[in-house]
Amino acid sequence: MKRYTIPRVGTKLLLPLILLFALYVQFHGDYGPGGGFQAGVIFGAGFILYALIYGLDNARRLMPPWVLRIGVSLGVLIYAGVGLLGPLLGGQYLDYAVLDARDPAHGQHLGILWVELGVGITVSSVMVTIFYAFAGRGR
Amino acid sequence: MAVAAIRLRDLFAVVMLFGIYSFVSASLFVVLDAVDVAFTEASVGAGVSTVFMLGALALTASKEKPKSARKTLLPLLAVTVTGLALVYGTWDIPAYGDPANPIHHHLVQRFIEDSPEEIGIPNIVTSVLASYRGYDTLGETTVVFTAAIGVLLLIGGARRPPSGQDDAR
Repeated sequence: MKRYTIPRVGTKLLLPLILLFALYVQFHGDYGPGGGFQAGVIFGAGFILYALIYGLDNARRLMPPWVLRIGVSLGVLIYAGVGLLGPLLGGQYLDYAVLDARDPAHGQHLGILWVELGVGITVSSVMVTIFYAFAGRGR
Repeated sequence: MAVAAIRLRDLFAVVMLFGIYSFVSASLFVVLDAVDVAFTEASVGAGVSTVFMLGALALTASKEKPKSARKTLLPLLAVTVTGLALVYGTWDIPAYGDPANPIHHHLVQRFIEDSPEEIGIPNIVTSVLASYRGYDTLGETTVVFTAAIGVLLLIGGARRPPSGQDDAR
């Protein structure tokens, strides 16, 4: 792909928009369609597009595999950790209402935001990890 | 489209057909007002999994080996029986959009009525997924996590020494 100008320039134009859209889907999932899973997939797809056009080595430099491995487990840990805050603050596991003692609905909102963030981190890291594994195998 | 996907020997075209099929089902979900599901189907089914299939295709041959007709008879029989059983199962499904359906009377009503006060976010799908059914989503995230570990264990191991901090973790 190194010699084709249009895909390279097109990718450069599209990539920020894709990542921005992923963030929008991530944090706007409470109000519109979307959420952590979809956002993670879109975010991962952005990096996959970069790897397809600019080559695996450049992509590995941009998003090193060790970062991905942290991300894969960090997302699950965030999710389970937010769940653990429930019992610590005197509620039940994965009950976010106790996160804000005065306004349970606000606590729920916070919990969902964090949990979705965890899902997004895990899913995007997993997508890119799997792509690296497939793409790195054929060489 | 599915018939074409079965008949084609060129696996590249089959992967493309799968992608188109996913996208058509995503449009179908939009028609059914299930925007969240359509979103997932379009991004995962039509987007990322097509790329993964192509990646897998790059590791194998892109043509399917021709099989003898005798070997396909038993699978065809099994698929037909399963399909007939599924069609038989659909007879009991209530009519689409009927307000008297059981699904509209137990949990859904409670979610729609209480979710704005209990959770306070407009998208009920998100509140059901992340809060009411938080365990379920935690399990799904763990499944995705496990999938990555499985792929890494199966084909992720670098055979030559990696160029950099690949094994630092």
